[in-house]
Amino acid sequence: MNKNKEQLLNKRYKAEKRFRLYGQSAIFMALLFLTIFIFKIFSTGYSAFQKTWLIVPVNFDAELMMLDENPTKQDIEDADYYEIALQSMWNLDPNANEDQQNQLKRMVSYFFEREIKQELLKDPNLLGKTKEVYLTASDDLDQVFKGNYPRDLPEDQRRVSDYQLKIFDQLVANGKVESKFNISFFTNADSREAELAGIASSFMGSIFSILVCLMIAFPVAVLAAIYLEEFAPKNRFTDFIEVNINNLAAVPSIVFGLLGLGVLLAIFQLPRSTPLVGGITLSLMTLPTIIIAARASLKAVPPSIREAALAMGASRMQTTMHHTVPLSMPGTLSGTIIGLAQALGETAPLILIGMVAFVNTIPGSPMDPAASLPVQIYIWAESAERGFVEKVSACIMVLLGFLIIMNLFAQIIRHKFEKKWN
Amino acid sequence: MNLILFTFIILLGFTSYYFGRRKAHTIQSTNKRLTALPQFYGYYLAIWCAIPAFIIFSLWAIFEPTIVKLLILSDYSNQGYLDDELNLIYEKTKALSRGQFTGEITPFIKASAEKYLSLRSIAQSSKVVIVLSIIIASVAYAYKRISSNSRTREPVEKFLNAVLFTASLAAILTTVGIIFSLIFQTIDFFKVIPLFDFVFGTHWYPAKAFVRDSSEALDPSMYSDTFGAVPIFAGTFFIAFIAMCVAIPIGLMSGIYLAEYASSKVRQYAKPLIEILAGIPTVVYGFFAALTVGPFLKELGTSMGLEVSAESALAAGGVMGIMIIPFISSLSDDVITSVPQSLRDGSYAMGATKSETIKRVIFPAALPGIVGSILLGVSRAIGETMIVVMASGLAANLTLNPLESTSTITAQIVVILIGDQAFGDPKTQAAFALGMSLFLVTLCLNIVALRVVKKYREKYE
Repeated sequence: MNKNKEQLLNKRYKAEKRFRLYGQSAIFMALLFLTIFIFKIFSTGYSAFQKTWLIVPVNFDAELMMLDENPTKQDIEDADYYEIALQSMWNLDPNANEDQQNQLKRMVSYFFEREIKQELLKDPNLLGKTKEVYLTASDDLDQVFKGNYPRDLPEDQRRVSDYQLKIFDQLVANGKVESKFNISFFTNADSREAELAGIASSFMGSIFSILVCLMIAFPVAVLAAIYLEEFAPKNRFTDFIEVNINNLAAVPSIVFGLLGLGVLLAIFQLPRSTPLVGGITLSLMTLPTIIIAARASLKAVPPSIREAALAMGASRMQTTMHHTVPLSMPGTLSGTIIGLAQALGETAPLILIGMVAFVNTIPGSPMDPAASLPVQIYIWAESAERGFVEKVSACIMVLLGFLIIMNLFAQIIRHKFEKKWN
Repeated sequence: MNLILFTFIILLGFTSYYFGRRKAHTIQSTNKRLTALPQFYGYYLAIWCAIPAFIIFSLWAIFEPTIVKLLILSDYSNQGYLDDELNLIYEKTKALSRGQFTGEITPFIKASAEKYLSLRSIAQSSKVVIVLSIIIASVAYAYKRISSNSRTREPVEKFLNAVLFTASLAAILTTVGIIFSLIFQTIDFFKVIPLFDFVFGTHWYPAKAFVRDSSEALDPSMYSDTFGAVPIFAGTFFIAFIAMCVAIPIGLMSGIYLAEYASSKVRQYAKPLIEILAGIPTVVYGFFAALTVGPFLKELGTSMGLEVSAESALAAGGVMGIMIIPFISSLSDDVITSVPQSLRDGSYAMGATKSETIKRVIFPAALPGIVGSILLGVSRAIGETMIVVMASGLAANLTLNPLESTSTITAQIVVILIGDQAFGDPKTQAAFALGMSLFLVTLCLNIVALRVVKKYREKYE
């Protein structure tokens, strides 16, 4: 009998241990996912911040460029660079046949003549001389140089030919291949060529959308929260508003995209693909988040503050505007920033209002077509070219960086400025 | 032009505020008592400036285009044009006046465009004159009216109250906007496709519904066996189910562990770390699922002799589950912590171990709240878009094999609406009908979940 009891007790203790283990492993799993995730993004993305350049001697032959003795600046601007650009690539292997010459040309980016032109514009004295110029390597060679491209594939499955690899290896051996920080990733707009694609246009698109979103959502949400928390009578109508807010906070984001498409684009005829429409759509989405945060922080202001103000003869409006609202601002602001961070990461509604259009210019105002950072991630992730994979990860790193900064900012505001009442 | 006018009106508002305050100070200096603080006199005048400006601006925005259009088209009224043709003429006129017209320019259109431009400039200048004169008149009137015993605080506060109230209507307006944007397209869709075919049809090939002209668009026989939503609904719930299979055990167990076992130190670090998972944008999860998890599962399957699609439901659902973990863990953590301590103490006093207390006492007590959190998680899984668009298939297969690819409501909406859409095309309308069903399903889930959680909170507070 006694032994039986002991066995039972042991069993119960074992069950206790097991249960505890389940809990620990659940937390471990969740954190493991997070780690794998971040590791994967960083390990594929960090190389995008480097860019491979080929150093190629270019002969600025005035004759080939159709320039005369003393060209003006305008002449240099209008000159033909294609020929000298081609020649300089072909000179890498003087014995190349026509097909190989073609392959040589494809070792650098599509816009290599532009880079040569920039060089001459910087220093017009180069005319007639030869200078080594940095040319952006094609995205495939870029990947080869970074070691992301399997060289041991059979040639017909590679986008880089054996011949190109041979020339490239010669260049590497001569120290004519260099890797430098990829500034153009931050200053270029999107491009079909992976080696030239940058995040500038989508970054500006994101900034404009978020600004529009902030300018609409913040005032409306704060005013609504003030009304609901401080002035609204408790009746069916205000209950209905509350149910609405809580529901909107849980409506799938894509439905807001349909709202933007069906109302903003179809009825109000606002311009498609613009951060303006994106921002309005996002503002409707963040509205409930900010209202809920603002109400919570208004509620946290102790009634004694209100009572003191009222006792001094302030009206209700004065009490609210001079005392309650300023005291609630830290909480409201940090809630707003968190809402904006959510909006910054939102993709689906922006796709529906056409912000996925290919935009290769940097937008100057909210009325210009643009993408946004998360949409850019989507666009690049759907591209087949290998060079875009690291770009996606790098873009994700930039986006996550912004989200982290915004969340930290929200934390700081909350901890530094919020009053503790007790 | 509008911007200059707008700035000018704002300046006028500040000026009237200044005048109002000055008048109040003048009254004060004659030793009369004021009924409100001087700045209320200022606000009062500023409001008298803002309201008329706002009214006129909105009237103009509503009526100007209509009136201009009427005047332009009155030239064509007795030439027997149809309404559609008249609209076309008007659009051409507008395009020409903006210099964006690319067709053949007829003298008629050219004359209209010139008339259009002159009408617009007349409208603009008359707007400026009317707005400014009315503002100045109304401010002057109000300025005259205020005196030592006139009330200014009450009207100002009433006005503010009205502004606050209007802002609180934004939430209702958004809901109305959602329903409004969905319902008309949905109704049009069901005019062509019978509701029965949509709800019970098992073939979903919207690409087939490619119509060449409008006479075909209204012919229902074009669409038989095209818009059967069963595979879509099945795929949606299937992927959500897979997601919940990942999220519920991990989320719930971490919630329980954090609430009952974890030391405050572990809690302090583990909780925010897990919540990072909720802050990662879904497009990032989508990329992760498509690039890493999908191929990994495929390789794993091949090594075990299974045929796994690179876009399997398992990859999309699994990653979606990871995304939902923090929702469930945080909510169930909150719910479990709010179970009164007395219940635990009672159970311990009876000799129960911690896990027995959790399983037999706390879990049943917290069950409604936990169910609520799970329902919210399900609603999120159903509405999740980017993961499915990027990692799951786009063709709607009716399958229950997690290794094959399926499609969901959200993915289909994106597939149909990406790029240019023609409103009035059944394909576009189908996307809105899907959106409507998504909205209704999540709405029901949310209402039930929020109600359950609220009831539960009230019970223990």
